[in-house]
Amino acid sequence: MSNNPQLNKGGELQHLLTTEGLPAPILLNILDTAESFVGVPERDIKKVPLLRGKSIFNLFFEPSTRTRTTFEIAAKRLSADVVNLNIASSSQSKGETLLDTVNNLSAMHADMFIVRHSQSGAAHLIARHVKPEIHVINAGDGRHAHPTQALLDMFTIRRYKRDFHNLCVAIVGDILHSRVARSQIHALTTLGVPEVRVISPKTLLPTKVDRLGVRVFHDMAKGLKDVDVLLMLRLQNERMLGARLPSAEEYFKYYGLTQEKLARAKHDAIVMHPGPMNRGIEIDSAVADGKQSVISQQVTFGIAVRMAAMTILAGN
Amino acid sequence: MYLPDAEKLLSDLTEKIRPDVTKDTVLVGIFTGGVWIAKRLHQTLGLALPLGALDVSFYRDDFSKIGLHHQVKPSNIPFEVEGRHIILIDDVLYTGRTIRAAINELFDYGRPASIRLAALVDRGGRELPVVANYVGTTIDLLKDKMLALEQNENGKLSLSLYEKIPLGS
Repeated sequence: MSNNPQLNKGGELQHLLTTEGLPAPILLNILDTAESFVGVPERDIKKVPLLRGKSIFNLFFEPSTRTRTTFEIAAKRLSADVVNLNIASSSQSKGETLLDTVNNLSAMHADMFIVRHSQSGAAHLIARHVKPEIHVINAGDGRHAHPTQALLDMFTIRRYKRDFHNLCVAIVGDILHSRVARSQIHALTTLGVPEVRVISPKTLLPTKVDRLGVRVFHDMAKGLKDVDVLLMLRLQNERMLGARLPSAEEYFKYYGLTQEKLARAKHDAIVMHPGPMNRGIEIDSAVADGKQSVISQQVTFGIAVRMAAMTILAGN
Repeated sequence: MYLPDAEKLLSDLTEKIRPDVTKDTVLVGIFTGGVWIAKRLHQTLGLALPLGALDVSFYRDDFSKIGLHHQVKPSNIPFEVEGRHIILIDDVLYTGRTIRAAINELFDYGRPASIRLAALVDRGGRELPVVANYVGTTIDLLKDKMLALEQNENGKLSLSLYEKIPLGS
């Protein structure tokens, strides 16, 4: 028995809300299952019949194209029926509460909700509220968590580096606003990565971040030394230029990933980015399109990982 | 209960399949036991085309009841299925549900010219209209028994009989 709201009485995954507090076997089971889904799009029929007859609702209270699309593709490759709701432009703007929206959709016999919301904790709230046969996946809530992004990053790392136990991984950029970074840190430490670094200007770093078990660097040249994996973050420039940073140009000068800075890392280091990229701000085009970049593979693996998460939840 | 020697059954099965083998024959084993047998057949029969392997977990009819089988392995079909003559290999043929799932999965790769079925043991108890083209032997077993193929570290195959653990206990 556990108090983790993500697990059912039998200790199995009931909802996927955050990577924090999930035991390594559950994370690894998602990654292992995803391995079997990677080959599905190469078949004549690019889908499997696992979730036939299940209704999956994409509840996006915050705009997103890529994440919503990859969840939609993943659900369709599992033969589920997918309904997309862009709630920013619908009933919520007419005053309906979050839980009323969920109640209405539950009455339409939803089996799973994929939730994206600008408020931290929105997916948890929905998970606590729904009937036990309904599953919830957090597709990003405020600054809190984005577990499927972190899991697809772990899958990509394992594909290229095989084992987590001898790696040095650096997360670079806007840690403060990043739900991706938080989910990555929890997943990396749970999976046994011995050294997780964050490299960021002081103004883009949460206080007491070192309590998460990471080493903090403010200098790229020092922070990237001997790194195996670089996890770049998107500079959320629409949120903060002026307030926390003098200019995008200055950010690029100190923290933008160029070939020159990348040369400090190990020669076989891989470069990842969750997208969408700001070329010329956090990453130079020569690196984004370079031979150490695995950014487009992340997108491909993201579908397999989301298929695995949906399948495991639907079966529990 | 007396159980036949799996190695002897495998050599009997090999001889039953041999007359039908051509240079275009492909074998597809079903994980786990069927893949062990398929590997041995592939070697003994000297087949030119690579071996296929199926994990039918994504096509099972009991997913909504019991969820995903843990430790799913990736299916691997390293040849064009379209127009191919396929021999599907399983260790123990029982209800026929695994074979139904395997045939469905194969058709998602393409439209084969034919599929035949080989099993080391047919234990009866069919719940679907499935018949094997080649069997090592037939054994009648009660529902509460589970017959399993095992492989030791030297690759030697053997059969074991277990009491079935009822679902939910």
